[in-house]
Amino acid sequence: MSDLNGTRQLLQGNEAVVHGALAAGCRFFAGYPITPASEIAELFSILLPACDGTFIQMEDEIAGMGAVIGASLAGVKAMTATSGPGFSLMQENLGFACCAEVPCVIANVMRGGPSTGLPTSPAQGDVQMARWGTHGDHPIIVLALSSVIDSFTITAKAFNLSEKYRVPVILLSDEVVAHTRECVELPSTDEIRVVDRIRPSVPPDWYTPYEGDARGVPPMASFGDGYRHHVTGLIHDKQGFPTQNSSEIEAFHLRLAHKITRGFPEIQMSREFFLDDAEVAVIAYGSVARSSLRAVQDARKNGIKAGLLQLITLFPFPRGYVSPLLSQCRAVLVPEMNMGQISREVHRVNQTECRIVKHNRIDGQFITPTEIYKQLIKL
Amino acid sequence: MTAKAQQPSGSRYEIRFSGSGGQGLITAAVIFAEAAGVYGGKYVCQTQSYGPEARGGKSRAEVVISDQPIDYPKAMELDLLLAMNQAACDAYFYDLQPNGLLVADSSLVEQFPTSRIIAIPFTEIARNEIGKAVVANMVALGAMGVLSGQVAVEHLEHSLLSRIPPGTEDMNRKALYRGVEEGSRINIDTLPRALMSDDYDM
Repeated sequence: MSDLNGTRQLLQGNEAVVHGALAAGCRFFAGYPITPASEIAELFSILLPACDGTFIQMEDEIAGMGAVIGASLAGVKAMTATSGPGFSLMQENLGFACCAEVPCVIANVMRGGPSTGLPTSPAQGDVQMARWGTHGDHPIIVLALSSVIDSFTITAKAFNLSEKYRVPVILLSDEVVAHTRECVELPSTDEIRVVDRIRPSVPPDWYTPYEGDARGVPPMASFGDGYRHHVTGLIHDKQGFPTQNSSEIEAFHLRLAHKITRGFPEIQMSREFFLDDAEVAVIAYGSVARSSLRAVQDARKNGIKAGLLQLITLFPFPRGYVSPLLSQCRAVLVPEMNMGQISREVHRVNQTECRIVKHNRIDGQFITPTEIYKQLIKL
Repeated sequence: MTAKAQQPSGSRYEIRFSGSGGQGLITAAVIFAEAAGVYGGKYVCQTQSYGPEARGGKSRAEVVISDQPIDYPKAMELDLLLAMNQAACDAYFYDLQPNGLLVADSSLVEQFPTSRIIAIPFTEIARNEIGKAVVANMVALGAMGVLSGQVAVEHLEHSLLSRIPPGTEDMNRKALYRGVEEGSRINIDTLPRALMSDDYDM
């Protein structure tokens, strides 16, 4: 934890991610540098050793994700950071973390894709991949960062959700958020709420490692605590051993899905701007939410009743905020730096006459307020 | 959980430092942003874009300053543009607002796109008077600080000293104050009122 918390300082989004993680209790980072995420690893390599944490630069992102899972199973809050190409490599181990319910945080600072893509231009092309990149039905939480202070608070929140629900949390940042420096005053340590995983309270012999509590989340013993248990990526029974029993398989899947569904009111996060009397609205996330806020204010100045719903949680999709807005507005605009990965989710939850208009940019350029404004006045 | 916020859009002051990679433009912008934000108490956003090269290639860095929280973090209509080479001057001149200010390094920019220009030989001053061309960015920073009216010189100095390698303090401080001196010498009121000649008589 930096001793600069509580004072005004100029930080990059990537640096704020590190401070947020440390504030939430993260003491392990393993990864492989890649632009535009490298500053996260760089700052961790300086700050983690100073607070008895561990930083490892691995041989690649596959190993980075593996090391993060190992650290978390040993009881240490852990994260990694990468960009699209590295995120692709992490998918297999990410699936393991989902299946074995290993809390961890993965920051993906998006750049243009696919493949090696566009280093280092802003993009939001990994949104659906963050949800569905690893195979099979699986629970996961995806949060979007839009500013330096967000990069701090939402990262800390990501750790809390990850620990509470024993689920990997993906942080989606982008080149603009990651590299913009802003003047912020980070909260001091005692102002930050930190959630730790529930540990077993029963004697080791009674421990059933994959039996959910009332919320569906099993208490988690650390390796080395004396609670011997088996961890696998195979579908497993309550004891943690592979099963082919169809009723156990279904129960496994349902518990994993339901633990997130039960927490949904807390997990879905958004910000509302000028929505009270809005007739048209922008639904945006990440850096594009900032362009959108500007455009909405310009529209208001010109007498258009426009508002902005900024999504912080992207998955599970925050329909609790989106659906009422679709009932309220005659049209919504969904600007994204991709071909329409969240607008399809908005369509999915739309059960009204509300018109959903896409605005997409895939040329490696940041969406400007002017573009959004021009679309907004046509709604 | 949702947060409601209503932000008024405050007045913005937008600056771009442009030139080629290796001229220290991002460093200058970071120091400017820190001076205005951390020490001056304003809202600031500092962004940059640059090519993959360590030297050469286009480089630009921006600072947006406001009394209100800043939504869009990049420049939309520049109030102040620093061009440290001809290519940057040509490329970004049109991003200035009509009564914006163009500051050019006259050691490297030969063709001026407007007569509303402040031409100061930053690189020559750095090379001949301070002893190292590499501190041209700090000479420019001093001038930009004064001409913007957005930041106190002592805040620039404070920020500068916290962000440069130890042992280079005297040289950098000297460069900064030499730039401040050049900037202070300029009387903006004597310049043409607008960038384009059509607007002279507005």
